[in-house]
Amino acid sequence: MLRLRLWSVRHARLLEAIYEAFERFLIKLGPLLERIGHERLEKPVAALERISKGLFFDCQMCGECILSSTGMSCPMNCPKTLRNGPCGGVRPGGFCEVKPEMRCVWVEAWEGSRLMRKPEAIRALQKPVDARLKGRSSWLRVIREKTRDNPP
Amino acid sequence: MKFEDEPVPGQPFPIRPGHSSGGRLERILREGVFAVTAELDPPDSADAEDVYRRARIFDGFIDAMNATDGAGANCHMSSVAVCALLRRVGYAPVMQVACRDKNRIAIQGDVLGAAAMGVCNILCLTGDGVQAGDDPGAKPVFDLDSLSLLETIRTMREESRLLTGRKLDSPPRVFLGAATNPFTEPLEFQPIRLAKKIAAGAQFIQTQYCFDLDKFRIFMTRARDLGLLEQVFILAGVGPPASARAARWMRSHIPGVTIPDSIIHRLEGAGDQQAEGRKICIELIQQLREIEGVSGVHIMAYRQEKSIAAIVRDSGVLDGRTPWYPERGRNPGYLGQETD
Repeated sequence: MLRLRLWSVRHARLLEAIYEAFERFLIKLGPLLERIGHERLEKPVAALERISKGLFFDCQMCGECILSSTGMSCPMNCPKTLRNGPCGGVRPGGFCEVKPEMRCVWVEAWEGSRLMRKPEAIRALQKPVDARLKGRSSWLRVIREKTRDNPP
Repeated sequence: MKFEDEPVPGQPFPIRPGHSSGGRLERILREGVFAVTAELDPPDSADAEDVYRRARIFDGFIDAMNATDGAGANCHMSSVAVCALLRRVGYAPVMQVACRDKNRIAIQGDVLGAAAMGVCNILCLTGDGVQAGDDPGAKPVFDLDSLSLLETIRTMREESRLLTGRKLDSPPRVFLGAATNPFTEPLEFQPIRLAKKIAAGAQFIQTQYCFDLDKFRIFMTRARDLGLLEQVFILAGVGPPASARAARWMRSHIPGVTIPDSIIHRLEGAGDQQAEGRKICIELIQQLREIEGVSGVHIMAYRQEKSIAAIVRDSGVLDGRTPWYPERGRNPGYLGQETD
């Protein structure tokens, strides 16, 4: 869904706000989800994530979502899966080196980031992805990180 | 050009306070000498002499040479091996590492091995996509990207540990470099990306070919405004276009190369296009040298490597100095024959 993906970048500011509200909601829901058990929830939540984020961002289910640091343009759609900015091969007009018919994910990310309330998030240095998390829910992981590791 | 504590060829220099490596390139840059590096064309061969023959043509004209890592996604002798051979005789190689072909386990192992064989400079690259080369069916890896690669090697060097946290008995003492392309979209992001690379560990930068100096000046001004020029040594990339046709081919086939129409028109109007290309390259070197924050030039002259010596000589950037090169015959580690 390339068209929706591009819509998402153009509305990065709105989606950023929705995402922040959604994260707060998820963290509130934390204790309940904890009672049900994250392992039991993993499959249905991951499926929900795959469908919703797939629709809006062409999500590749890396399991370590950083959309709010990449202008709501999913970096895993970069053929080189670059998470820290564009490669040096971007074609004239901002097209991808590997897929010349596609606009560079990072050209989109830069435009999206400038619409956002936290445009500086794109400057954060991203660690390499943990390949074990591929296909797993990043929402549940965020809840675990925000509640278990840093209890409020 | 020699230092007072010049080591036996093949051995590193003593590491000076504040330096990261025992390498010649870091010393030259930190002394404020205008540095000249060039790209070595790695052989499609298993013969060490093929490496030495390609290195010798630069003798006395460059300070360090880059060993490419499957450049353009084409297989050649590995950069680790080319660098190890060059170190045996005392050259200062810059080992290029592309993230395309190896995962984090293989790359960290290569870094340790290279440093053990005396490699003092590593250039961290993303790498061209496999579609650019002659083996587009190969599996692209891209486990790390150029920034996480920089941070990984810096962590190995500074904290003496691997990405996993496992301790190293001896850290790799390497001077870390990265590439930058000031000429491609998103243009406004490029200086910020340079800042990110410096934050991740880049100490020197080798840029993509600089043909459009107006764009390059804008980039450098922005980098200066961000306070980056004091934190990194920038070597501007240059090269002699062989002809107007070659220049057109380069900009449409080599990822990330931008050549303005004005350069192509100038080549077309010349009687001897190859000579004109070299003249353009010399002029660019002289103009780049005047730009604030440019610490040297990096010459990429694919299949025209023999022209590099004359280009460097005629540009005058060495100011009469002769960069170090192995003294033939007197070096017991030298395996090559005296054929030039």
